Amino acid sequence: MQIGTGHYLVLSTALLLIGTLGVLTRRNVVIILMSIELILNAVNLNLIAFSRHYGHVTGQIFAIFVITAAVAEAAVGLGILIALFRNKGTVLADEIDLLKW
Amino acid sequence: MTLAGAVLTITRRNAVHSAIWLIVSLLGVAGLYLLLHAEFLFATQIMLYIGGIMVLFLFVIMLVNLDEAAKQSQFNKQWPLALACAIAVGAEILFILAKGSKAFPLPAPAINPETGGNTEAIAVSLFSDYLLPFELASILLLVAIVGSVVMAKKRI
Repeated sequence: MQIGTGHYLVLSTALLLIGTLGVLTRRNVVIILMSIELILNAVNLNLIAFSRHYGHVTGQIFAIFVITAAVAEAAVGLGILIALFRNKGTVLADEIDLLKW
Repeated sequence: MTLAGAVLTITRRNAVHSAIWLIVSLLGVAGLYLLLHAEFLFATQIMLYIGGIMVLFLFVIMLVNLDEAAKQSQFNKQWPLALACAIAVGAEILFILAKGSKAFPLPAPAINPETGGNTEAIAVSLFSDYLLPFELASILLLVAIVGSVVMAKKRI
């Protein structure tokens, strides 16, 4: 059996869902950020599978931009996390409820 | 390998173990890039994600004291709802993919073998058609650097 674009799409769907589950269910903010990286990887896999499908490099260019955005997001997110830990003393997402009433 | 690494990433109690399983998952994705003839992105994935982002994550895990958090419950209260939603979305996407699976025949042959490979093709496209987004990405990175330094600084 040859591996086609559809198989890559199924794999990327599974990766996306695992990442979404991680974001929605974990309490630790560090692991939530890691799950966001998983989601961005699923997007990249999709883009590159279609880039191969159509024989065109545009998808790979966009994947490079997605990686750039992921790096920026990780840097800012971890900076926020350090500031949050310094001020609140916790990294659990549901204990940070200043905006709740 | 990719999926097993991903599942273990979101289920481990210790954040360092999660990070290491995330590296395994990212390596799996990098291997898939190689299979898809995206050699430049393979190298980028290894250097940026596994070299850069994961070192950043490990530094933060060391900086932030996670021992307290590791002892407590790892999943929040709405996890059954989240699981149900994820399964519903997954079933929907897989249904659509199964319906449209005839639209994806086997992929075309590799990208212009005569122009000298994947990296050259990306470079030509990136520096001609996509020059403005490329420069914007550099500005985005600059803003992110300044922002993260300001955020992590003790007092400004």
